[in-house]
Amino acid sequence: MTVRDLAVGRGGVPVLEGLSFTLAPGRALVLRGPNGSGKTTLLRTIAGLQPAFGGTIEGAGERIAYAAHSDGLKSMLTVTENLRFWAQVFAQSDIEPALDAFDLRGLEDRPAATLSAGQKRRLGLARLMVTARLVWVLDEPTVSLDTASVARFAEAVRGHLAEGGSALLATHIDLGLNEAEVLDVTPFKAAPRVSLEDEAFL
Amino acid sequence: MIALLLRDLRLAVRAGGGFGLGLAFFLIVTVLIPFGVGPETGLLSRIAPGVLWIGALLACLLSLDRIFALDWEDGSLDLLATAPLPMEGIVTIKALAHWITTGLPLVLAAPALGVLLSLPPSGYLWVLVSLALGTPALSVIGTFGAALTVGLKRGGLLLSILVLPLYVPTLIFGAEVARRGAEGLAVQTPLLMLAGISFGTLALLPFASAAVLRINLR
Repeated sequence: MTVRDLAVGRGGVPVLEGLSFTLAPGRALVLRGPNGSGKTTLLRTIAGLQPAFGGTIEGAGERIAYAAHSDGLKSMLTVTENLRFWAQVFAQSDIEPALDAFDLRGLEDRPAATLSAGQKRRLGLARLMVTARLVWVLDEPTVSLDTASVARFAEAVRGHLAEGGSALLATHIDLGLNEAEVLDVTPFKAAPRVSLEDEAFL
Repeated sequence: MIALLLRDLRLAVRAGGGFGLGLAFFLIVTVLIPFGVGPETGLLSRIAPGVLWIGALLACLLSLDRIFALDWEDGSLDLLATAPLPMEGIVTIKALAHWITTGLPLVLAAPALGVLLSLPPSGYLWVLVSLALGTPALSVIGTFGAALTVGLKRGGLLLSILVLPLYVPTLIFGAEVARRGAEGLAVQTPLLMLAGISFGTLALLPFASAAVLRINLR
């Protein structure tokens, strides 16, 4: 995936501009920056949820598996039903490796409503493994995870990279992914100005 | 797409899914009408088709804000938007799921509730036919309204205000089919108009719903 001279914004106000990077297969890129620096906006733009203000994104689109702050779980469905649903949406069938990788064994038949915050997060991340998509775009994936689960998650990311996938993560903590490159978004902060066009009609 | 439909149906029948909501409301309205207007059967049978149609329409309206709001709150709408399903397909499936869980039970319950309103015998078939033909339009138009108001806190009021005027043509022709049928008159013209509205909305509105949903997800 290649990003060139990308400018992104939220609510008609530019947040980041002049951003360029390349994410090769087997590589991970960690985005850093203080709260409100535009990491989420950048990831949503790359995931295709909002249009870019300028610049180009190549090799994204149908290759992206996006995980946001909220996990997209249905509280009245069980762990297996939640995971199987997303597997079917992405035309996959095997959810067993995902259950193993995120230690969800023994929780399969529990409704998602009864899971703890950390268990929900693990289920939300397990969803990535059933998408069979190459580029993982993750927004603060480690929120509410304990240290053991963070290590487990890092292991899953490493496995994904080893299979030729890549990952773009916004995070504040050290995942122990030594091979990951780090990109601080702070220098790319856009000059404050209000767009003249109404973004709703772009 | 089938997975999404099955998930929505499964969620609807589980606790808190609101499956019986529209049906219960429909039942309450039609049971209360005879108490309100008095037991005179002549008057009741004259207003029965219209009352059944208004009851069904309001029952339909009641569950509209759930179509996208729940998926929006737990983040699955964002994830669905990045999934390989086309947005038009997602909104069509959502409308279909809404019709199966709300519209279809109303259609099936209407003849039974017609008894309470002393609907003339010739009217049962046409109430059933007009509702079966008209409720899909209510679901599709409602999905468009729900897509417009997704993400707004307490968007239910705005949703009703937006959607009710759009429901008027369906109501006029649907109730007209039922009324003419009950009185033994020819129903062809309003029936064709109703069919036209249903198929027209079904063909066009998913594209509009998908477009506004994309804008609302930004």
